Amino acid sequence: MLLIPCPHCGVRPETEFVYGGDATVRRPDPKTASLDAWAAYIYERDNPKGPHTELWLHASGCHSWLVVERDTVTHAIGQVRQARDAAS
Amino acid sequence: MTGSRLPAGGLIDRTKPISFTFEGRALTGYAGDSVASALLANDVRIVGRSFKRHRPRGLLSLGMEEPNAILNVGTGAHAAPNRFATELPLAQGLAVSPTRGWPSSRFDLGGVLDLWPTPLAAGFYYKTFIGPRLPGVRDAWNRLWEPLLRSLAGQGRAPEGVDPDAYDHAHIEVDVAVVGAGLAGLAAAEAALGRGARVALFERDIRPGGRALGRDGDPRIDDAAPLAWAEGAWARIADNPRATAKLRTTAFGLYDGRQLAVYELPVDGPYAGRIWHVRAKEIVIAAGALERPMTFPGNDRPGVMLASAVEAAIRRYGVRPGGQAVVFLNHGDGAGLRQALNAADIEIVAEVGPDETVTGTQGFGRLQSVDIAPLGPDGLPRMDARRRVPADLLATSGGWSPALALHLIQGGRQAWSEADGCFIAAGGGQDGVRLAGAANARFSAAAALADGHGSTAGGAPGPKTTGGDAAPSGQGLPLAPIAAERLKRQAFIDFQHDVTVADIGLAAREGFHAIEHAKRYTTAGMGTDQGRTAQLATAAALAAATGREIGDIGLSGLRPPVTPVPFGALGGWRRGALFAPVRQTPMHRRHEALGAVFEDVGDWKRARYYAAPGEAMAPAVARECRAVRTAVGALDVSTLGKIAVAGPDAAAFLNRVYTNRMDTLAVGACRYGVMLKDDGMVFDDGVVARLGPNRFHVTTTSGGAAAVLNWLEDWRQTEWPDLKVWLASVTEQWAGVAVAGPNAARTLAALAPELDLSDTAFPHLTWRDATAAGLSARIFRVSFSGERGYEINVPWRHGEALWDAVLAAGAIPYGTEAMHVLRAEKGFIVVGHETDGTVTPVDLGLSWLISAKKGDFIGKRALARPALTAPGRKQLVGLEPEDASVVLDEGAQIIATATPRPPEPMLGHVASSYWSSALNRGFALALVKDGRARHGERLFAWSLGVAHAVRVRDPVFYDPKGARLHA
Ligand SMILES: [Zn+2]
Repeated sequence: MLLIPCPHCGVRPETEFVYGGDATVRRPDPKTASLDAWAAYIYERDNPKGPHTELWLHASGCHSWLVVERDTVTHAIGQVRQARDAAS
Repeated sequence: MTGSRLPAGGLIDRTKPISFTFEGRALTGYAGDSVASALLANDVRIVGRSFKRHRPRGLLSLGMEEPNAILNVGTGAHAAPNRFATELPLAQGLAVSPTRGWPSSRFDLGGVLDLWPTPLAAGFYYKTFIGPRLPGVRDAWNRLWEPLLRSLAGQGRAPEGVDPDAYDHAHIEVDVAVVGAGLAGLAAAEAALGRGARVALFERDIRPGGRALGRDGDPRIDDAAPLAWAEGAWARIADNPRATAKLRTTAFGLYDGRQLAVYELPVDGPYAGRIWHVRAKEIVIAAGALERPMTFPGNDRPGVMLASAVEAAIRRYGVRPGGQAVVFLNHGDGAGLRQALNAADIEIVAEVGPDETVTGTQGFGRLQSVDIAPLGPDGLPRMDARRRVPADLLATSGGWSPALALHLIQGGRQAWSEADGCFIAAGGGQDGVRLAGAANARFSAAAALADGHGSTAGGAPGPKTTGGDAAPSGQGLPLAPIAAERLKRQAFIDFQHDVTVADIGLAAREGFHAIEHAKRYTTAGMGTDQGRTAQLATAAALAAATGREIGDIGLSGLRPPVTPVPFGALGGWRRGALFAPVRQTPMHRRHEALGAVFEDVGDWKRARYYAAPGEAMAPAVARECRAVRTAVGALDVSTLGKIAVAGPDAAAFLNRVYTNRMDTLAVGACRYGVMLKDDGMVFDDGVVARLGPNRFHVTTTSGGAAAVLNWLEDWRQTEWPDLKVWLASVTEQWAGVAVAGPNAARTLAALAPELDLSDTAFPHLTWRDATAAGLSARIFRVSFSGERGYEINVPWRHGEALWDAVLAAGAIPYGTEAMHVLRAEKGFIVVGHETDGTVTPVDLGLSWLISAKKGDFIGKRALARPALTAPGRKQLVGLEPEDASVVLDEGAQIIATATPRPPEPMLGHVASSYWSSALNRGFALALVKDGRARHGERLFAWSLGVAHAVRVRDPVFYDPKGARLHA
């Protein structure tokens, strides 16, 4: 089971978190986005082998959405930031 | 002379005899015995039958390699299948029996299968699926093979009844966790304690020491005999307050985050036990090594035993496993074995040298003689020069393989080492996990101790050994040269599944060259022993059959658990009422007292209907519906998800979340809304009430509350961090009762006499704070039934008092089933019934909810995608069965004909279907292609072979003008 260091709550087991997918996906501007760009944003995700930047919600804790660096091969957890800080 | 207890010696307590039974026979062993050693001491030679051919099987090992002595333990509800006799401490009164063999393991009628070897060769299962194979027998699989196999097969008997044992789970966090208290594990634990670490040490055996328990001839350690040193080290570790040291504990899983799963057997028997969840900064796998049997013709006859098992029988258990022994090793580590045989007065009748091999064994149910032949210049045995020697024991060793299972299941890799003659760990896996000792291919005592101790710079020195040391030097593949195909059919690779060298050869000839394919085709290594002895032999045979190197073939993959663990242990206390969390509203006891039948909604228990004594569901639901339509009903709505939304940008936030405008909502008003995902599909719905300029109260579906809050937080935190808005779940702050029906206002007036309930003072879709039944209440005028309705919310702890007051004022309780009938009569959707993640608000006829006047909202861009506006989408309609008495099946397919012929085009499906007492007929809501253009059309609803004619219509069946809201 993964251990994820929440910046608020400390190191916590995976069962306290909800997975939120690829954190690098950006929502295009709906006024200008092409149909293809919008479809890619909604439906298309990479399935990388190796480093992955992904969202996790600390659902049984502080309710922060976190941006977590995780290696999909080794499952090693790298940097963990609050999504709010990463987004702004 | 045959197997029996030696007059003295061994690590058993002869003053403590233990009675047990095997297949009903009363037998006696001693404290310190395993079930296996006690069977051996009682000269039980046949411990079971093989899976396919029901050949007699004896003890091969006395350790974790065992493929044969896997037994049923206990009877009735207490029964536990598939326990390893070699690892099960003997306990008073234990009843054990083989997992296979009818009527008994000694006289098994299934043994006739062995006389007809061809049909059960590799791929038998797959080949018999293909078609008729026997002349005159059609459908041979169903009529002949499957019934025959089912009667003879089996992997143990399931317990008869609910497991009466209580299992525990415990959690522990340490700096260093060590698996195995052999020499390496003990050295590792002591070294870690010396550094000041907190340590957990787990040993599957009932004693520490590992190889020192059953072996002689190892060097002295710190001036003590190896076993004395091990016991001393164990005592020092167990006494250390920073250490947790446990025997009878088997590590069966190693997961991400260096989490070990360990199963601990209780001291007094084989039942119950505890799972340890261990977190450690560092894990040392000192799990030892597995001895490999040589593969030669006749190698499965009872009496053929691993060399380490023979030595342990004599040294550890004081058992004489035979009288005349043949020794067949493929390495040079035989001195200890010879000493043990001599000490037990067992004659070594022959030792198979490096230029010889075994070509066969004889004996009915037990070994009587062994054929030995020299190898010719072609490397194959010269059958003309073979000799036959009498023997009742054949001690065999094909070398040792590190026990890598824990390393491999956490992502570790392995590679063939020519120097070591085995597969060894080759990187991979988690940081902070290391192998030590024999598990790390350090086979001598001195090397294992040094490896376990590790290189602690500046730390205390590790244990010192003095004297000669032995290791299995020069071990090769455990595959003896075999001359003819006939002999290869008698050389067993998987003892449990009867897979032979010939089967692997056949698989290779049929194209199964990859180890994973050959394994599945032949079932080699797929038994309850998890192929510990079969794995390497399979790879060796496949290498020989395909002319490749074993390192290029590799071994088949492993998955946890690496040893069988009872389901009861895995479940622990999470069974029965504790299986899953249950959420109850504060009125739950009242529902129970009213005879409520509950349904699960998310984790909630909701009253589905209230059955009077002797009343069935249908009349109860009809009665509850009538109460709401003609008088007044009360529904517990406490489970509705509730979210407080606050902040200067709260209105702007909700405007982006819902399809309709929320910024125009007046304080004191509320409004229905749907939320979409950004793909344009309906995600959840509910009511938004504006409490103040910057404060909103949002309701969600009962089952979707957590998902909605998580999702709103996602947008708030990741997409719009600039918005000044905050969210909090208030679901369990507010208990609620919906009061609905033509008499709802009268009922509420009785509860809140000072509240003006006129349509002008308290119109539909507004809310008011008031005192109701003496409680501070927030009352929403909303309706999910089509009748005039109020939802009275009070602080959670007052829910029961509110419920009592509403019922005392004359309201009839109704449950979720009646709620569904009433809302469906009105054509109101329920998320999850009328939606499934592919339905847009336009599909549902909710276009009026989509604001064209505001800016972006989630899902807006997608709604304009051509696919979501093209004709042919499924739309919400009502269905009336032509036969009014019919209630359609939910999920029934909508088709255009009563007599479908595949591939019949599917036009849609029934989403909700009920009996309506108001309409006196069955009715349904459905999603049908271009449904709004089909009103009046006659279609068919097909389910389970029956097609009912239905008429398509508008989804609002009852009070289409909405007049009753103001009744
Ligand atoms: Zn947190």
